[in-house]
Amino acid sequence: MNFQLSEQHRLVRDMARDFAAGEIAPHAEEMDRTHAFPTEILEKAKGLGLLGIVVPEEYGGAGMDFLSYIIILEEIGRVCASTCVILSVHNTLFIGGLLKFGSEEQKRAWLPRAASGEILGAYLLTEPGAGSDAGSLKLRAKKVEGGWRLTGSKSFITNGGVASHGIVYGRTDPEAGTRGISAFLFDMDAEGVTRGAEEKKMGLNASSTVQVTFEDVFVPEENLLGEENRGFPVAMEILNAGRIGIAAQALGIAQAALDESVAYSGQREQFGTTINRFQSIQWFLSEMATEIEAARLLIYRAAVAYGEGRRVIKEAAMAKLFASAACMRAVDKAVQIHGGYGYTRDYKVERLFRDAKVTEIYEGTSEVQRIVIARALAAS
Amino acid sequence: MATIWVYLETNPKGLSKASLEALGEARRLAGDGRVTGVLIGSGVGALAEAAGHHGADEVLVADDAAHADFNLDVHVHLMRRALDGAGADLLLMPVSVHCRELSARLAAALDTGLAPDCVRSETVDGTVHWTRPIYAGKAFETVTPGGSPGIVTLRPNNFEALAPDTGRAASVTPLEATIDADRLRLEVREAVAAAADKVPLTEAAIIVSGGRGMKDPANFALIEKLAGTLGAAVGASRAVVDAGWRPHAEQVGQTGKTVSPVLYIACGISGAIQHLAGMSSSRTIVAVNKDPEAPIFKVADYGIVGDTLEVLPLLDEEFKKLLA
Amino acid sequence: MKIAVLVKQVADTAAKIELQPDGSAVKLDDVQKVLNPYDEFAVEAAIQLKEKDGGEVTVVNVGPDSADEAVKTALAMGCDRAVVLRDGEAQGLDPAGTAAVLAAMLAREEFDLVLCGKQAVDDDAHLVGPAVAERLDLPVATFATSLEVADGKAVVGRDADGIRETLAVPLPAVLTCQKGLNEPRYPSLPGIMQAARKPKDVVTLADLGMNPEPRVARQGMTLPPPRAEGKVLSGEIPDQVKELVQLLRNEARAV
Repeated sequence: MNFQLSEQHRLVRDMARDFAAGEIAPHAEEMDRTHAFPTEILEKAKGLGLLGIVVPEEYGGAGMDFLSYIIILEEIGRVCASTCVILSVHNTLFIGGLLKFGSEEQKRAWLPRAASGEILGAYLLTEPGAGSDAGSLKLRAKKVEGGWRLTGSKSFITNGGVASHGIVYGRTDPEAGTRGISAFLFDMDAEGVTRGAEEKKMGLNASSTVQVTFEDVFVPEENLLGEENRGFPVAMEILNAGRIGIAAQALGIAQAALDESVAYSGQREQFGTTINRFQSIQWFLSEMATEIEAARLLIYRAAVAYGEGRRVIKEAAMAKLFASAACMRAVDKAVQIHGGYGYTRDYKVERLFRDAKVTEIYEGTSEVQRIVIARALAAS
Repeated sequence: MATIWVYLETNPKGLSKASLEALGEARRLAGDGRVTGVLIGSGVGALAEAAGHHGADEVLVADDAAHADFNLDVHVHLMRRALDGAGADLLLMPVSVHCRELSARLAAALDTGLAPDCVRSETVDGTVHWTRPIYAGKAFETVTPGGSPGIVTLRPNNFEALAPDTGRAASVTPLEATIDADRLRLEVREAVAAAADKVPLTEAAIIVSGGRGMKDPANFALIEKLAGTLGAAVGASRAVVDAGWRPHAEQVGQTGKTVSPVLYIACGISGAIQHLAGMSSSRTIVAVNKDPEAPIFKVADYGIVGDTLEVLPLLDEEFKKLLA
Repeated sequence: MKIAVLVKQVADTAAKIELQPDGSAVKLDDVQKVLNPYDEFAVEAAIQLKEKDGGEVTVVNVGPDSADEAVKTALAMGCDRAVVLRDGEAQGLDPAGTAAVLAAMLAREEFDLVLCGKQAVDDDAHLVGPAVAERLDLPVATFATSLEVADGKAVVGRDADGIRETLAVPLPAVLTCQKGLNEPRYPSLPGIMQAARKPKDVVTLADLGMNPEPRVARQGMTLPPPRAEGKVLSGEIPDQVKELVQLLRNEARAV
């Protein structure tokens, strides 16, 4: 068992770190303040292959393994959690869905454009009345000549305000509960699709989050992703990879919180010394650092296993559960270490604190993760 | 000791300060031995006398309008001719862009050792050991360049020029060598004295920074003047930027720029942690503040407790004298 | 056009430098290593020339096995192939010795242009470029901040201590690159994947028929003294100012 990153992974990490430091970091604070979508950053990211990280080369992607992708997400998350989730939804959920469940024709039709960033993807599962209970979703997909017509609304859709396309889940059989849901690829600019106003979020301010309503939106036969009425297992499978991605985002935020705190506590002087000589601060830092390492190992193990095609339901849930909780504890300690300064916008930890919370909520709340783990334990 | 050669550089004011320092070091090391200077340029013949005053026993001069601009191929050729059979033990040169390429090419041509950017010398058992910075000065190595002549380039301000002795006369020998047209491959199409492009704050070697203690935005003229004398960039604390005295681009600190210059002069800046975050890794920090309890004095290498408005003009004057 | 780029793997400039216990060398085991920042300008310049006029870019490196990462970075940026030398005997060489080995490696092919950074940020010697040029009997222009290649010549702009120079050299030639020449590109992800597949030739000292010796012997190493306690001056203000300026010149060597 080798715990060292390979040369290839180090190259990927260094590239992502340099890109994040050079192209994203100088704008992160401003984007958070003005709620500006990172359009220019994404343009540069496209040219470097960051919009199709795991897409095979034959479909125009970079053809990297899943661990490389997770490494990239952490490095970007460290600098800007918003940019990270934008890339994560596009790569893990939208492209992930195509890779795992798309037919050959669909892959050839969609993947190259998604990998190049010509398409920016969104993922529409959640509804105003269906969050953790995703299976109770109500958006209706009525069979018509040549396809379906979709009516209903989806909420909290990341990239929703700017995406060109998405995967949407609708009810094709109203009587069949979770066995009556289908997944569809669709055009966000199709007739009948309305993007709502931006949600006024606590954090992730540069990421677009909107409600999307569907009024008799037509999707053709060839846009059905996977089998009819077999959409729920599709959603669950895609969410597995999503969990690992969000865990990596949380890890990045936590690592940034630690880095800021180590630097600050080494400079701030009180009672005649730098505050990093005080035991209380030292204990904060060592706890943060240890939990970050533990989170990283959980995430990497899940990522490697997922990349090798093994079942990772339990491991992915553990990674997200632990990493998001560790992240919350880290940002809390980070603000505390910074004292009054940490409570102001002048210091990065204030943004980290606001960005962190959502990692315990989206792509499966921490409560849901616990249930998933418990079920996996019971089954074994 | 022996025979030490010194390659001399000139500027419009005469022999460069670094050249004089190299001559001084050569004289010191040569003891009763011979110091030979080499002077290549246009209208430089008269400077051979000054070289003598500063320690040279002999000066080889190639004075020709064709040498008005430095051409590496020409200088390599002339130096090789001059050194051939001359029995030089050591060749000292000042550090400059021209001397870097000349010394490296010459060392390869002569297959001798080159120790670049030396800051100190020490004679150990009859051999001169040269100390030079590596890793941008985060460490130092001591080396002995082999071969004859070993070549050493000297960093300015690290060695002592001799006080000029007008009684000291150097013999002057013309250095002639025609270079074959096919050996002269490098062409200097243009060489013009140019004001250096404005250096960005984050890359400036010296920064003069002002804070609330400047009392009035008009007083930043004193900061700008000192910065001009030192070829430095101007920085500002957050307080004066927020007050609209200076542009945000000059702000150093937590919400401004992070800088790590060789020299940071903080004038009328108290030194709150937000400011320190932006400049604490400067190599040398100077603080001028009328409050002896100001936190900036804790991180400063040198401090003057006094009225910034009184100190700044005096500093400017002293630096002007030093750099003349 | 056949272009060679000389690259070196060096310690990251942000790294804390420590010495081995016996003071003979810098401790490099745990230090983050990168492609020499000045060589990045050379790699970018070479790739831009290839993109404009066609040709092939070869990255050339002498170093330990770990330097393969720096070579891969250059390949990932867009160089086409690599030629490397990994002999243990070549690791302890000074820059002049390394330059001799590099020149011998370059001499095995016909390059139109050889590019490298103006200095390596570990030894700060500024030596390899001109030394390689001398050994290959090629012209060299250093500290390039602008570069144009046309009609068999390279025209270089540079700042030489306050003199703005424009130099022209006929190809084949060696050029060393200074900050400001270009903005080196990030390696793209497809580039990183392709780098693993690009050809890498390993050359040995025996292949070159060389037994190089250093020309400069290292006698020892030291670290700079720790930051001393700050001095608040005293006395009449004009005297303090005079003293400060002297200290800055002679003690701090800051000016």
